[in-house]
Amino acid sequence: MDKLLLLGDEAIGQAAIDAGLSGVYAYPGTPSTEITEYIQKNKVAKEKGIHSEWAANEKTAMEAAIGMSYAGKRSMVCMKHVGLNVAADAFMNSAITGVNGGMLVVVADDPSMHSSQNEQDSRYFADFALIPILEPSNQQEAYDMIYDGFELSEKFNTPILVRITTRLAHSRAGILRKSPKEENKNSLPTNLKQFVLLPSIARKNYKVLIGNQVHFEKASEESTYNKYIDGKDKSLGIIAAGISYNYLLENYEDGNVPYPVVKIGQYPLPSDMIRKLYEECDEILILEDGYPFIENKMTGVLGDKKIKGRLTGDLPRDGELNPNHVAVALGLEKAKEDYVAEVIAPRPPALCPGCGHTDVFLALNEVMADYGPGRVFSDIGCYTLAALPPLNAINTCVDMGASIPMAKGAADAGMKHVVAFIGDSTFTHSGMTGLLDCVYEKTPITVIISDNDTTGMTGGQASHAEHVLHQICKGLGVEEEHIRSFIPLRKNHDEAVKILKEEIEYEGVSVIIPHRECVRTLERKNKMKIKAKKIN
Amino acid sequence: MKSDIILSGVGGQGILSIAATIGTAALQSGLYMKQSEVHGMSQRGGDVSSNMRISDKPIASDLIPKGKADVIISVEPMEALRYISYLKPDGWLITNSKPFNNIPNYPDIEEIYKEIKKVKNHIIVDADAIAKELKSIRSSNIVMLGAASPYIDMDYESFKKALKTIFGAKGQDIVDKNILALDKGREFTLSQK
Ligand SMILES: Cc1ncc(C[n+]2csc(CCOP(=O)(O)OP(=O)(O)O)c2C)c(N)n1
Ligand code: SF4
Repeated sequence: MDKLLLLGDEAIGQAAIDAGLSGVYAYPGTPSTEITEYIQKNKVAKEKGIHSEWAANEKTAMEAAIGMSYAGKRSMVCMKHVGLNVAADAFMNSAITGVNGGMLVVVADDPSMHSSQNEQDSRYFADFALIPILEPSNQQEAYDMIYDGFELSEKFNTPILVRITTRLAHSRAGILRKSPKEENKNSLPTNLKQFVLLPSIARKNYKVLIGNQVHFEKASEESTYNKYIDGKDKSLGIIAAGISYNYLLENYEDGNVPYPVVKIGQYPLPSDMIRKLYEECDEILILEDGYPFIENKMTGVLGDKKIKGRLTGDLPRDGELNPNHVAVALGLEKAKEDYVAEVIAPRPPALCPGCGHTDVFLALNEVMADYGPGRVFSDIGCYTLAALPPLNAINTCVDMGASIPMAKGAADAGMKHVVAFIGDSTFTHSGMTGLLDCVYEKTPITVIISDNDTTGMTGGQASHAEHVLHQICKGLGVEEEHIRSFIPLRKNHDEAVKILKEEIEYEGVSVIIPHRECVRTLERKNKMKIKAKKIN
Repeated sequence: MKSDIILSGVGGQGILSIAATIGTAALQSGLYMKQSEVHGMSQRGGDVSSNMRISDKPIASDLIPKGKADVIISVEPMEALRYISYLKPDGWLITNSKPFNNIPNYPDIEEIYKEIKKVKNHIIVDADAIAKELKSIRSSNIVMLGAASPYIDMDYESFKKALKTIFGAKGQDIVDKNILALDKGREFTLSQK
């Protein structure tokens, strides 16, 4: 079979289809989005009717995946690292229920925060939940791990976390496919109480999970993804996890590393392999992208041999690793700053010309000038860029959905004329419950749901909020006369200012829904229309 | 053989069409390749870059180490300078001369050219003008690829074949225009020698 040129994300999508997947569940989030998009566009996946619609958020995605596993089929749930925080309740408990059909939880971490609020390392979550992790070092391994992962999940009756990072997700390489497998047939769990986590049952399930740990570890010792690669020079032993293995190879001609290396791709850690390395070598260097997860586990537990890594300053404590960092840690080169010519100016991303959010902010800035600074609580989406010049219009961005409850908290603290600014997709992701809190307490707050009919930030995926925002707000109990709307265009500026002013003055819950489609999404739709016309 | 190439520009300028052409050519020639970029944001106007690695042997890292890139191809002159630490001492910097001015503090273009000229091996091409002459403004990226092609260790014909694969569905006219753009870019560089 010919090699396919695929992004790491796409390789995962293709592998899941080939492995007999019945449904992918996800909410968009960079750098995980392209996994689901690949399955959505794939012809075979369409013909087979593999589920691939977006979910409202990561928690509903995870729960639906658990449900599909309950029904005996293979399911996959994909998200960015912070998405796992949203799905954490379902995730932690799915480790206690175990699975029926195989279930993979693919989480894309973002060291260096290329497009995220933090760089949390999802391996800690899997460790916390006591389940195995697969961590590919390259795109082909990502394919292979997903292809085999469902069977591993079924064999050990456990969800498995597949951890990738931005670099692997967003890099293309040639991928060799394996022959497609059939989907599972529907089947009920053998024990119909397996998924009932009443304390009496959960205690039993938990003991089973604890008992399984030795099997998970044995599987790690025997896994083809974990390797002890001998080297002549025992002055140093290297543990290289996931993608960092490539950065190690990059530093030696034809990848001939002179030191013994333990390559890690499957967790829990293979202790025997690591102990052998520790006993044979004078010092240990640990290479891992993300937090010092392995380093933390080893330091201070195994005697007093020197262990070097991110905690000891041999590698940077934060940010994405690269071949140069590894070269410095190996003593092959000296650390040096990048040369950046003085003439170069930074070029940050900005809201697109013609974006509707800008028109909302121009009106809002005019109104807020009367009330004083620091009152606009915002959220995550394209509109977060309004925190920067020239708009300087928002004061917070913490996590998806936080704008409304944070504004409420500030109002509870006595702050007047508070505003929450949220996007349509973020509102249906996790804004609705916060609004319900406000309605319940009649909080004096103005919520702006800047509706652009899409999930713009991540590339324009469909939004669950389309056409239903007004109804949702009404249903949650917002008074009809305080649900207002306008079309954010320069020519409607005065109308927008008037509406904003009136509602900010109102001492109760108001929702304003400025509505105009994202110009990028519109452009894409128009292009597709032209294309469709040409074909017809 | 091995060619480590950094592509740079501004979001929306379409450096990915250059990447797709090189990548397709590499795959069709049976070479290994890796292409890494950070993307996923819709908004445009920020700086963007991509690492392309082509080799006849398996490639380890997705990222090109500092000081090891053979070529930097930039579709914007200021962006040409952002990754200069990655260029090897005798590597080539090939850049479009036309600035993309979307920030309030865009530097004096002459200062930028001065800085570019400090790089031992550089080529400054007015790719937009060449593309305009060919009446296909949108192929200025392919002009850039043509201009860089003498310094990429791959068969020149393989790029033409790749353009046929990529643009084939859009009709022979588009294929021809792009091949012409590629040739004109290459001619420009060769005439500089
Ligand atoms: C928990 C979580 N999931 C996903 C993301 C990635 N993400 C950031 S903003 C966003 C959606 C933004 O959509 P919307 O609120 O409609 O605003 P727009 O970008 O369209 O202006 C997504 C999916 C995230 N940061 N956190
Ligand atoms: S992608 Fe859409 S929502 Fe985002 S900045 Fe551009 S126009 Fe605005």
